[in-house]
Amino acid sequence: MTYSSSDFRPSGRIQFGVFFQGVNSGTVWKIPEAGSQTDFESFRRLAQTAERGLFAAFFLGEGLRLREHLGRVHELDVAGRPDAQTMLAALAGVTEKIGLVATQNTTYNDAADLARRLASLDRLSGGRAAWNIVTTDNAWTGENFRRGGYLDHAERYTHAEAFVQLAKELWRGGVAGSAASPQQRPVLFQAGDSPEGRDFAARQADVIFSAHPKLEAARAFRADLIDRTVAAGRHPNELLIFPASEFILAPTDAEAREKKEWLRSLQIGPQQAIAFLEQFWGRSLAEYDPDGPLPEIDPVVEETSETRGSGFHGAKARQLADQWRAEAKDKGQSIRQFVAGQSARRDASFVGSYQAVADHLAEYARDGVVDGFNISPWLIPTGLDEVVNHLVPALQERGVYPTEYRGGTLREHLGLGVPAEVG
Amino acid sequence: MSGFLILDTDDAKDLKHLTLAAESAGFHGLVFPAGEGLDPVQRAAFAGPQTHAIALIPEVDTVYTEPFHVATQLATLDYASRGRGGWLVVASDDARAAAAVGRPAADERRRRLEAAASVEANRRLWDSWEDDAVIKDVASGRYLDADRLHYADFRADFGDGEGYSVKGPSIIPRPPQGQLPVLAPSALVSLDGPLWPEEVDAVLVSASSVDVLRAELGRLREAYGFRQDGGPALVAELSVALDARGLPASTTDTALGGDGARFTGSAEALAGVVAHLLELADGVRLRASSLVTELPELAAVTLPLLRERGVLRPLRAGNTFRDILGLGRPANRHTLTAGARA
Ligand SMILES: Cc1cc2nc3c(=O)[nH]c(=O)nc-3n(C[C@H](O)[C@H](O)[C@H](O)COP(=O)(O)O)c2cc1C
Repeated sequence: MTYSSSDFRPSGRIQFGVFFQGVNSGTVWKIPEAGSQTDFESFRRLAQTAERGLFAAFFLGEGLRLREHLGRVHELDVAGRPDAQTMLAALAGVTEKIGLVATQNTTYNDAADLARRLASLDRLSGGRAAWNIVTTDNAWTGENFRRGGYLDHAERYTHAEAFVQLAKELWRGGVAGSAASPQQRPVLFQAGDSPEGRDFAARQADVIFSAHPKLEAARAFRADLIDRTVAAGRHPNELLIFPASEFILAPTDAEAREKKEWLRSLQIGPQQAIAFLEQFWGRSLAEYDPDGPLPEIDPVVEETSETRGSGFHGAKARQLADQWRAEAKDKGQSIRQFVAGQSARRDASFVGSYQAVADHLAEYARDGVVDGFNISPWLIPTGLDEVVNHLVPALQERGVYPTEYRGGTLREHLGLGVPAEVG
Repeated sequence: MSGFLILDTDDAKDLKHLTLAAESAGFHGLVFPAGEGLDPVQRAAFAGPQTHAIALIPEVDTVYTEPFHVATQLATLDYASRGRGGWLVVASDDARAAAAVGRPAADERRRRLEAAASVEANRRLWDSWEDDAVIKDVASGRYLDADRLHYADFRADFGDGEGYSVKGPSIIPRPPQGQLPVLAPSALVSLDGPLWPEEVDAVLVSASSVDVLRAELGRLREAYGFRQDGGPALVAELSVALDARGLPASTTDTALGGDGARFTGSAEALAGVVAHLLELADGVRLRASSLVTELPELAAVTLPLLRERGVLRPLRAGNTFRDILGLGRPANRHTLTAGARA
């Protein structure tokens, strides 16, 4: 049977997931309310709040080498994360319904071992486990592993696909008793935005964890994914989309805007602004004034390195420096202002009163722009309280958000059918 | 000093119930064996937030696993259990595990080398963050102090060009216990290395009968030294099949694995045997085939008798596994160096 793009039907609703990031400047730590990034209580508190808000899933990220900056451990952002599956196994015992999603890398894990552990988590949690498939690969991360940086970047998805197919086969065969999982096998998320990554998701995944939350970009992304899913021979509704997002909420729009300014000043302080440029310059810029103009000296590297996360990797440093100096000069911007502007281009925030944001999200639901949002709280562990206490009820009033869990498994919460290779 | 009791079972039918029952019976630790079923580290982590005093000890392989992943998983278990995690070191001889990671099956020499290497890599990774590495210094904008983070820079050399390296630092801060207690079977530990007794916190001792076991405990105590002199704890391994529900053990005894020392009989008589072993051993690991029948007997009869005799250490809510073993919280190797420099 072949499908066409016009087979797509908006579900008319949205759901939420929560992404406990554990890295990046998005999580603020400079205020007293900021709790531990590693104590179990932080994870319990966040997961239980999300469950109270009927969230479909609780996500943990993964980074297999501690981030570095100019050859030393990066000091400015939160860091230090648990092993995703081990932490989720502990959370399985203190939650009842919420899905538990582990970001796990296909390059630095062994397929059989990972498939076995995911099946185990799935059974332990009564069918609530999912795997967020990522392919991050570089020799620098490889230094932590027996095989080292063995994989060529161009092969990351060929390798990942063989890996996922093997896992699906093992699950079908009942490894670690996965045949006994109430949801057949773990749900598969995919995060990776390249064309290869999107096609891979269209063939193999149940949900794509995207980087495109803003309305127009999200519409374009949906259209693109519908085409790719149909081309892969699947019904366009079989692949759900959950973009990464940040919510800055308050009783009124004006208060929310004020809150955003306050939050941004905590996320990107003067040191972060300098460090941002240092990534591209490849050298210390400590002698530059964050409130002064961009450095007149040139970068000492051609390309940015991978050590601050894949988001920063591989930019053409010299070209960018020229371009940025001109741009900042044009606009009369200081280093801080310029970096704030750069970060705003990757802004994934929804800012406004509970009611206004609910109205805006209702439009996503109506048009089927996304299936849900994966919220990165900017505060741990209380960063979801406002979403759950105010936004969720506002969305429920509009009839676009679940009022109960549909069943016991993550597959049921997401409204996914039996996996194709099982059915 | 009085001893501790560790329970071991393959019985994973009702994990929550089993863990709580073992804790309320007064066991000091619970081993989660590796095998076909659920992942041992996950089972232990699941039990973490459910319990308050009992040590949670998964068996984890060292031969076909990545030490970097193992160290992160075990440290996470320690966080999820607030300092009650442990590690029972395994050196797998499973040919299928080898095939699954595309490696030839390791011979005995190699397995011993792998075990020693993984223990050392784990210990270095656990120490790669000093305890106070998270500084949250608003004035300088620094969440971390990079000077208090260290590369593990571990290298394993197995000869013939074989080996591996692990760079570090760990991706998770130092675990609550600093170093999780490491338990290893005596077959992997030797005074000639590569895994020396002082590198582990406890050695599991097994023998073909209770009498041979006692002799072996005496021999190892002499060889490895007493606890107060820095020797590892000795843990006697004993399989049990108890008379229960009015039936003698021989009929309730189902497939009890292993060829080690075993006890068959009443729960009262078991208390006598265990007390006897605790004269020579620091702890006893009891392996039961089915806990449905045996745990109630152990809880109602054996453990109360042992407590009456005063041979069991007290357990208290909030203790760590190191507390149970009578080990202090270890200083970080890097903090020591920094202190020496100052
Ligand atoms: C929203 C989002 C979140 C991600 N989170 C992680 C993560 O936690 N760990 C990781 O290794 N990769 C993560 N990635 C995925 C990697 O960026 C991706 O696997 C890698 O860049 C290669 O894929 P690509 O070339 O298709 O982007 C994430 C990606 C997206 C879009």
